[in-house]
Amino acid sequence: MQTAFQIDLTDNVATALCPLAPGETRLLGDAAQSAIEAVTDVPVGHKIALRDIAQGEMIVKYGVVIGHATQDIPAGSWVHLHVMQSNYDERSSHLDVNTGAPKDTRYE
Amino acid sequence: MQELRDITWQGYARKNGKKGIRNRVLVIYTVKCAEFVAQEIVRGSGSGDVELLGFDGCTDNQYAVNLLISFIRHPNVGAVLAVGLGCEYVQPEWLSRIAQEEGKVTDWLFIQNEGGTRAAVRRGLAFVEEALRALRETPRVPMGFSDLIVGAECGGSDYTSGLAGNVVVGRFYDRLVDEGGTAIFEEIVEAVGLDSLLLSRAANEQARREIRYTYDKALEYCRSVRQYSVSPGNFAGGLSTIEEKSMGAVIKSGSRPIQGVIKVSSPAPHPGLWLLDSTPDPYWMQFGITNPNDNEGLMDLISCGAHIVFLVTGRGNVVGSAVSPCIKITGNGETFARMQEDMDFDASPVLRGECSQSELALQLAQMVADTAAGQMTKSEALGHHEFFVPYKYQEKQVAFKKACEE
Repeated sequence: MQTAFQIDLTDNVATALCPLAPGETRLLGDAAQSAIEAVTDVPVGHKIALRDIAQGEMIVKYGVVIGHATQDIPAGSWVHLHVMQSNYDERSSHLDVNTGAPKDTRYE
Repeated sequence: MQELRDITWQGYARKNGKKGIRNRVLVIYTVKCAEFVAQEIVRGSGSGDVELLGFDGCTDNQYAVNLLISFIRHPNVGAVLAVGLGCEYVQPEWLSRIAQEEGKVTDWLFIQNEGGTRAAVRRGLAFVEEALRALRETPRVPMGFSDLIVGAECGGSDYTSGLAGNVVVGRFYDRLVDEGGTAIFEEIVEAVGLDSLLLSRAANEQARREIRYTYDKALEYCRSVRQYSVSPGNFAGGLSTIEEKSMGAVIKSGSRPIQGVIKVSSPAPHPGLWLLDSTPDPYWMQFGITNPNDNEGLMDLISCGAHIVFLVTGRGNVVGSAVSPCIKITGNGETFARMQEDMDFDASPVLRGECSQSELALQLAQMVADTAAGQMTKSEALGHHEFFVPYKYQEKQVAFKKACEE
């Protein structure tokens, strides 16, 4: 059974403890629900949405705000640079979603 | 595992009254031009207790000189040889004088006066042999956790750092502080987005003011250089924002009150939990990036007197440090298995539900005690002695007024 780790009861994301494929995912840690249905692939260590999160809504992990949604995020989907951004650091939303490599510096 | 307060080991009694857990000889070069000679002296000594340290200079940046002096005064150091070329700003004689005032075995030389590479290495080696002989007579003294100063930083973080690696350090820090020991955490730039959380943990009004000022300074610094303490590897590992990384980092400070902010090269005034500010202070010329690499962070903690430093990593690291042993911790079981010869502590069992956080913290406490008693860390055994002494500008104390406005 694939698992994810929820740190705080108030979190709206959990951390994948293994690569997640669409399907049932057991929640460990301080979780209000025992499982969540993954609807996308989520790489290990990345976040999965625990409920529908609307564009502009805060992303909460550790019980604290870690950024905001830049578009609507359906429950069970992968939450990363492509759908959220920092409330402080504008640059991170310009990084490649898979490698994290910067796309705003020219190598000429 | 016994109670922490019952665990003791034999330390080294220094003439300045401090207690160390290693008996090291530092060979310090005062300019890049003297580095090779200093390196040859260290290599020729054939001893793992003889370590190279230095500043590339030659302009005498106050921050760098303060760092060198803090290592000379460090309780893990018993002897100091300062090696200069002869025409640099940084003065080996004055460094050696400080070592002498601290009651340490010391000497200094200028390569130009000695007559070149071979002659300077010969003289240096003669000193080092004599120093090693003298240090064998260093009196031993019982030490416990209440005498201990521990520093922690993280680097190459991944999702496990905030779930296990830094969490176990935080749990251990709570125990250490409860036993009367000193715990230091740094990387205020990695607390961006978490000011209210930090302020709520201030031990008193002065600490609150220091945290407020230091946080604002770090945020301003990050904004002005458009660089937050988060790298492509962190994003690839699943961290999406600086705030997310911040919380994963701040968790290593545990939960005890923060006594205040200390600056690089300034020891904590009394035991307890302290926040180390390593970011540059405002100045007419901005010297230095805040945390250019992991070894700078470790050196900053050691400059404040840390006997042992933790490096928490997700992706793995191999470094050690001059002056103080480095315990490398990972919460990533795959990283630990792949880099077992380099990584000291595996915090991943907690993510598999195999042990509790408190059990893991006690295992870490045992490793700290064993290391303090003389057991080598993985990096020590492999011969790692990295160091980093950069140019930077920083006030000696938390300055509430910007230097450039005066």
